[in-house]
Amino acid sequence: MKLISSVSPHIYNKNSTQRIMLDVVLALVPAAIASVIIFGFRALLVIGVCVAVCVLSEWLFEKACKKENTISDLSAVVTGMLLAFNLPVSIPLWQAAFGSIVAIVVVKQLFGGIGQNFANPAITARIIMMTAFSGTMTTWTFPDAVSSATPLSLISKGETSALPSYFNMFLGWRGGCLGETCVLALLIGGAYLLIRRVISWHTPAAFIGTVAIMSLICGKDVLYQLMGGGLIIGAFFMATDYSSTPPTKLGKIIFGIGCGLITVLIRFWGNFPEGVSFSILLMNILTPYISKLTRHKPLTGGAGK
Amino acid sequence: MNIMRLHGIHVPHRKNTAEMAPVWIPVPETVTIPMSMHIGKPASVAVKRGDEVKVGQLIAEQDGFISSPIHSSVSGTVQKIDDIIISTGSAVPAVTIKTDGLQTPFEELAPPYVSDFDSFVKAVKKSGVVGLGGAGFPTFVKLGVDDLSKIEAVIINAAECEPYITSDTRTMLDKSEYIFKGIGALKKYLGAKRFIIGIENNKQAAIKRMKELSEQTDGVEVHVLPAIYPQGGEKVLVYNTTKKIIPKGGLPLDVGVIVINVTTLAFIAEYLETGMPLVEKCITVDGSAVKEPKNVIAPIGTSIEDLLDGAGGTKGEPAKVIYGGPMMGIAVPSLDTPVLKMTNAIIAMNEKDAVPPKTTQCIGCGMCINHCPLRLDPRAISLAYKTDDPEQLRALNVDLCMECGCCSYVCPAKRPLIQTNKLAKAKLRDYLSKNKEAK
Repeated sequence: MKLISSVSPHIYNKNSTQRIMLDVVLALVPAAIASVIIFGFRALLVIGVCVAVCVLSEWLFEKACKKENTISDLSAVVTGMLLAFNLPVSIPLWQAAFGSIVAIVVVKQLFGGIGQNFANPAITARIIMMTAFSGTMTTWTFPDAVSSATPLSLISKGETSALPSYFNMFLGWRGGCLGETCVLALLIGGAYLLIRRVISWHTPAAFIGTVAIMSLICGKDVLYQLMGGGLIIGAFFMATDYSSTPPTKLGKIIFGIGCGLITVLIRFWGNFPEGVSFSILLMNILTPYISKLTRHKPLTGGAGK
Repeated sequence: MNIMRLHGIHVPHRKNTAEMAPVWIPVPETVTIPMSMHIGKPASVAVKRGDEVKVGQLIAEQDGFISSPIHSSVSGTVQKIDDIIISTGSAVPAVTIKTDGLQTPFEELAPPYVSDFDSFVKAVKKSGVVGLGGAGFPTFVKLGVDDLSKIEAVIINAAECEPYITSDTRTMLDKSEYIFKGIGALKKYLGAKRFIIGIENNKQAAIKRMKELSEQTDGVEVHVLPAIYPQGGEKVLVYNTTKKIIPKGGLPLDVGVIVINVTTLAFIAEYLETGMPLVEKCITVDGSAVKEPKNVIAPIGTSIEDLLDGAGGTKGEPAKVIYGGPMMGIAVPSLDTPVLKMTNAIIAMNEKDAVPPKTTQCIGCGMCINHCPLRLDPRAISLAYKTDDPEQLRALNVDLCMECGCCSYVCPAKRPLIQTNKLAKAKLRDYLSKNKEAK
């Protein structure tokens, strides 16, 4: 009889990559439901196309590269959902599919697949799409098929009289990307991720807190700044991506503050009405440095290096 | 004053046997006693084939300063002296004794004459005791402090933070008076004044007993610790009881403390009274393949097969058997492997528990980083190991790693982080010794 010999430990907790990704998917479900209620069934179609193309392109890429298939870890599903949530509901489906391929193949797989990408796939794909399809990416169709501007673009144009009420902002009854508008649904999802300990509070608190404080200092309407644009979805779901953000608490706080500062810089003084995506991407690029600077100091008691 | 809280993890306790007083297993037909059951040089065999030996009789002498004498755990005849493969993978000589089943004690045994520090340390040396918490460091070396005034406190490690194991718990319940006699001996011969018994809060009966006795003894504090693994790790225990950080590569004495396992201490006191050296161990036998989990007392050198049989057998063939607990224990190569001086548990697992989970790609979640009690970065260590960068391994302080297993335990991708850390430590050692040679 042969005994199994392996290095300690011999017990493990039940957590797995798949479980974590499943939690993220579950956390995104309320916002998905809200998007269908607010923007109609086309929202579901866009989500479906993004998820399907993300999963398919991951499968095909890994097949082509003779790599182990990883679609069962559900990370491609998460990327697909997040990308869809960052698109206007009226986006042509082929453009959504193109963005999905960019997210998975260019941003994720070419850098080595899950855990190796230095930038958030959904955000990077969104930014590429904004450059490539600037027309359709900024056409905000509201449920009643009337084109309407997003609250932040109204503010940046000074048309504050047309702004939706706080209450409608909270429920997501406003123009914007299909998954970013319903603050209520996003907070439910964020709370779920916090309770499940998939994410820690440091990044969202630092990110949202910085935007709130800076808005206050700059004399802006804080609640519109918090609930408008993609701040809530960005802070809870995109700035908490594992591989493209720092791992330590201090690193996460610095990352969050950096995101918040860049966001308000773009919103208040930049050419774009919204800056969450850019801020996260820019901070993604700084992540290796933040991670290195905020690495825990080992318990050496003063000895060693 | 350090105010930082060390990281750790919640492991399942599985202290199924805490209320079970140990029972003797039947005397096995043979015992095989390896000459290396301690950190340091193996002992040198002092018997030959055909010799009659009795319980407690010396069969191997201490060889070198860091080493320990070894005594027969049974009465019988020396059958053979041969190399065996021990769990570390190296071959060491071992004395196999055919037992006569009588367990006759060696007649020359007598309580040692102890009058001062030197005779105390000598007695501890002669008892053959080593760190019974699992490390196996010869205790007399630890207690042979060159400057007794350095000792500010003695920390008695009764954390027993590994899942399943309850043998230290049984010491605290069944041999509590010996623990306090041991404290008395350390007071008398080492001049120690302050004693801290560190116990995890999942051992209420033991805490109660220790508190009762500590009220009758000067200078003894019972420090109840949260059951967060690895509370019993030396550096962790010293930090959590005194807020002092043992320097890397240093000893607890560098921060004025001595750490001694509770069972080791109780054994010393018992030896001072009876003169019977370390020949038997209380061992927790548990795990998914064990029929009736229990604590047993077995002669050192008993094969794991005899131990499992003596403890009531297994449910089918075990797929993996571990020396010690499941977090840091060593998987044994075969059931012939003997029980050692520092064996405090044998965990037998069925196939479902034994097969390590499939490893997937690192997702960079940082769980390993945020759970390492010594604040290391296992992810960066893995990378530095793979890219063959010993300078980076040194900068990352990989040699600080105590291999507690927290990082591997929490990793969602089930990456073999401890395995990599062990390999990385070896790589750094090689690199440093080559550097030294070059100089």
